Amino acid sequence: MLSTVLTAVPADSDWINFDVAALAQNFWSATFDGLTFGAIYALVALGYTLVYGVLNLINFAHSEVFIMGCYAVFFTLSFLGFGPSAPNLSFGAILINIILALIAAIVASAVTAFLVERLAYRPLRKRNAPRLVYLITAIGASFVIQYLIFLWRGPLPEPALTMFIPTPIFEVFGTIIDSQQIVIVVAAVIMMVLVDQFIRRSRTGRGIRAVAQDPDTATLMGVNKEKIIVTTFIIGGILAGAAALFYVMKIPSGVQYNGGFILGIKAFAAAVLGGIGNVRGALLGGLLLGLIGNYGQILLGSSQWTDVVAFVVLVLVLLIRPQGILGTSLGRSKA
Amino acid sequence: MSTTDGPTPLPGAKASQAAADRQSKKGGAGTSADATHKKGLFGAWSEKWQAMPRQKQWLYLIVVVLIAYALPVINPPILSTEPGNDFPLALFSMAVYALVAVGLNIVIGYAGLLDLGYIAFFAVGSYTAAMLTSPDSPFVKIPYLWTIPLAIVVAMCVGVILGIPTLRLRGDYLAIVTLGFGEIIRILATLIPAMKGQVGFQNVGRPPGEGADGIPIFANSNGTPWYWLTLTILIIVLFLAGNLERSRVGRSWIAIREDEDAAETMGVPTFKYKVWAFALGAGVGGMSGALFAGQVGFVNNQKFDIVTSILFVAAVVLGGVGNKVGAVFGGALVAYIPLRFTAIAEYKYLIFGIALMLIMIYRPKGLIPARQRLLAYGQQAYQRVRETSAKKSAVVTEKEV
Amino acid sequence: MGAHSEKVPVPEEVPVPAHGSHKPAIEIVESLDVDEAVAEAAAPERDIDVAVGDDLVEVKNLTIKFGGLVALDNVSFTIRRGEILGLIGPNGAGKTTCFNAMTGVYKPTSGQVLLEGRQLNGMKQHKITRAGLARTFQNIRLFGEMTALENVVVGLDARHKTSVVGALLRLPRHQREEKSSIERGMALLEFVGIAEHAGALARNLSYGSQRRLEIARALATDPKLLCLDEPAAGFNPAEKEDLMALIRTIRDDGYTVLLIEHDMKLVMGVTDRIVVLEFGKKIADDVPHVIREDPKVVSAYLGEPEDDFA
Repeated sequence: MLSTVLTAVPADSDWINFDVAALAQNFWSATFDGLTFGAIYALVALGYTLVYGVLNLINFAHSEVFIMGCYAVFFTLSFLGFGPSAPNLSFGAILINIILALIAAIVASAVTAFLVERLAYRPLRKRNAPRLVYLITAIGASFVIQYLIFLWRGPLPEPALTMFIPTPIFEVFGTIIDSQQIVIVVAAVIMMVLVDQFIRRSRTGRGIRAVAQDPDTATLMGVNKEKIIVTTFIIGGILAGAAALFYVMKIPSGVQYNGGFILGIKAFAAAVLGGIGNVRGALLGGLLLGLIGNYGQILLGSSQWTDVVAFVVLVLVLLIRPQGILGTSLGRSKA
Repeated sequence: MSTTDGPTPLPGAKASQAAADRQSKKGGAGTSADATHKKGLFGAWSEKWQAMPRQKQWLYLIVVVLIAYALPVINPPILSTEPGNDFPLALFSMAVYALVAVGLNIVIGYAGLLDLGYIAFFAVGSYTAAMLTSPDSPFVKIPYLWTIPLAIVVAMCVGVILGIPTLRLRGDYLAIVTLGFGEIIRILATLIPAMKGQVGFQNVGRPPGEGADGIPIFANSNGTPWYWLTLTILIIVLFLAGNLERSRVGRSWIAIREDEDAAETMGVPTFKYKVWAFALGAGVGGMSGALFAGQVGFVNNQKFDIVTSILFVAAVVLGGVGNKVGAVFGGALVAYIPLRFTAIAEYKYLIFGIALMLIMIYRPKGLIPARQRLLAYGQQAYQRVRETSAKKSAVVTEKEV
Repeated sequence: MGAHSEKVPVPEEVPVPAHGSHKPAIEIVESLDVDEAVAEAAAPERDIDVAVGDDLVEVKNLTIKFGGLVALDNVSFTIRRGEILGLIGPNGAGKTTCFNAMTGVYKPTSGQVLLEGRQLNGMKQHKITRAGLARTFQNIRLFGEMTALENVVVGLDARHKTSVVGALLRLPRHQREEKSSIERGMALLEFVGIAEHAGALARNLSYGSQRRLEIARALATDPKLLCLDEPAAGFNPAEKEDLMALIRTIRDDGYTVLLIEHDMKLVMGVTDRIVVLEFGKKIADDVPHVIREDPKVVSAYLGEPEDDFA
């Protein structure tokens, strides 16, 4: 029977098509665009990595922390008069508006992260629950937030929201690099360097590393573990808020009740790729995943393939090098 | 079905435990969370059930099973989902959810592996049935009933392929990989032309047989025979799951769930048994998918969203993690509530999401907290111990007098 | 060295019931006064031979490094069949590291662990257990949601051969193994003295019973070598006395025991031979009364009053 099934398999074209020519043609634009997406993944991935570092847990609700930021961006900018077409404002005015949206997004995401920690994680930590319980509670929290948004905003994406028209800045390898790509990549990298330095140099950062390394000893040494955990969630939230702004900038009509879900999985894949628990790994993993996803999308012919490619990358990394490329954990990173 | 042989904690143990509580809290493995947990209504039932003689248990079981079979015919007024939803079809839906929950309970409840993308295996089963019976598919056609075992095999294979890279690692990785896979399967169904995306497959096969009027017995609109078929499969699966539970397989799973390193040290090949749990769970999921595809008669990419997958997890958690009777109850409940109370159907995801969180935080053993029985012949041994200790204490009291 | 061979009482003429004779659990619970019968019921397939002096385990040049830290430096010793070997040393001397390397938790940087000439390092942990090396944990690690009896049966399962399909369909072998595991499990619980708690959840047992249950669970895997990691931690003197008696009985039933322990009185009172580690190196290996006088050992333990050695 099996052989008949096999012979009855339809022609190759019914399954997956590879368009190598398209990839070769669009290689550089795919690269630069991939780096832009990668920067956004990396910001979200940092949230996963930091929480994983201190709690040894995947915060499933982090995708909802991100999407709350997206909604904050959407509402702030809608309120300020932005819409589907580009605003007719001076550069300075646009910049101020975007900064306002960034602040709103950061606040919304940080508050969400804080609430998730308070309502879903802390009660469990108090009674020392097994890991499975944490994971189920986190996924429950994510689910609840998603459907609260759904009930409020409905199933459709919010109307598109254009912040500014990307203008060409310079040309590399015959491909134009625009202002939007530069803003996103530069801002994201600056934020990540700041976080990296914060964790390496500040007192709180030392506390985070101490808790990541050995929570019990850290507590004995006078580190307030609960405070550190909350701070870590909030830092993750801040970065997710920033990522939300860049995400809406890049994909104007991407604000949807379940929009955080797939991005969350991709960001997690990025964190694992770089080495979960490793701050620099999140950046590297994010950028790499952005590139791989974009190449895959062009090679296979549909934007939805990026999701599939990201997933396959995740499984392959787990199979071949589960500790990720950089591998070291947050606790062991050098001061 | 399975709650037939098991212990009630010995009185002696309880007495001696208080003194050593301080230390044993530190040393005792497993969940200390529910140590102070009250028995509740279901706990009391469970104790009563244990005390019953075997014949009586069987009698009750047969009555319950008969009632379950008779439900679509009786259509009891308050329980019924009509006029909103056809009751036999609702029963079928409940039975499928119960079956799914029993399968997922093997993965989550026994082995402690969080599979968040169980819908993917359900989808694999549905597509297996659809692509091998629907006239819309270019594949070779086989009789519908053959697709059920085939769906099990295909889903199990997918489970093994997905399990091998992830099950060597810590549990969280499995959770996120399965979550991703649950979403990816839908995207793949959209992207791969052979799987026909939203167009899907019409006229999925059905079991043979026609009524006197020429209408097939297993018509899509007729829930009763589908319900009976699924209920029968559910009962068989429950028996098999019970057999596994009371064997070295079940014991290995629970040992892995309680303390994986200790289990490995005690000679349990943990990886092997984790793969088995994952694969067997996937198999049951695939089978449920094939049944679902047969009854609905139409399969496309819209039917398998990750949200439903979380509902499956909620069903297991609601019933009581690790308890298969609870899983049946949880599964049926998750299907039943939105069909019966149509006014709140819109809020079902929110309701079950909140339920998921609240239960995990306040009642981690679920609504029916029952412990799994892990020994095939445990009942006699425990009985014997009880009698011996009773005899001993009788002697002591005599002396005192 | 002559001293230790006197100390090992070879149980003569252990009554050996016919193999595979399945007595119902009831009888066993009632006939538990006779120790030998208990041991026999616990592991009926076992050859009780206590040819003392024959090497059972050889630890050869075992070295373990964590980064730059040498936790264990070229340690060699042997464990002979039928003896109780004590492994002692000050805190951080590498006792538990050595133990973990033997049981497969750590991979040694170099060196070998041989059980009856078969190399153990590199094997998966569950295979090491099946090869005949069982252990208990310093911080008790029972399966809390299982009953005492079920915990022991998990250990017994290490010798069982039922497949998943066999269990699914309740094939004859499964039924046979299940029946015998109840008997043997109950016998083991009786042996360590907690049979009356067979039906209690492990996490509800008293601390002492949990320690004993761990020993029963390890014995259930039918080990050639039983490794006990500080089994007396948290015990009062009377409980320690009972534990010493239990360990001796285990040895007298033909098991070989490796004992890591802090309590000098217990170690001196129960072992046949002692290996002393300090800073990852072996500094002594002899019978207890020689070890007690060894100046190197005494200085390693400097600060502890001489009384502790009595």
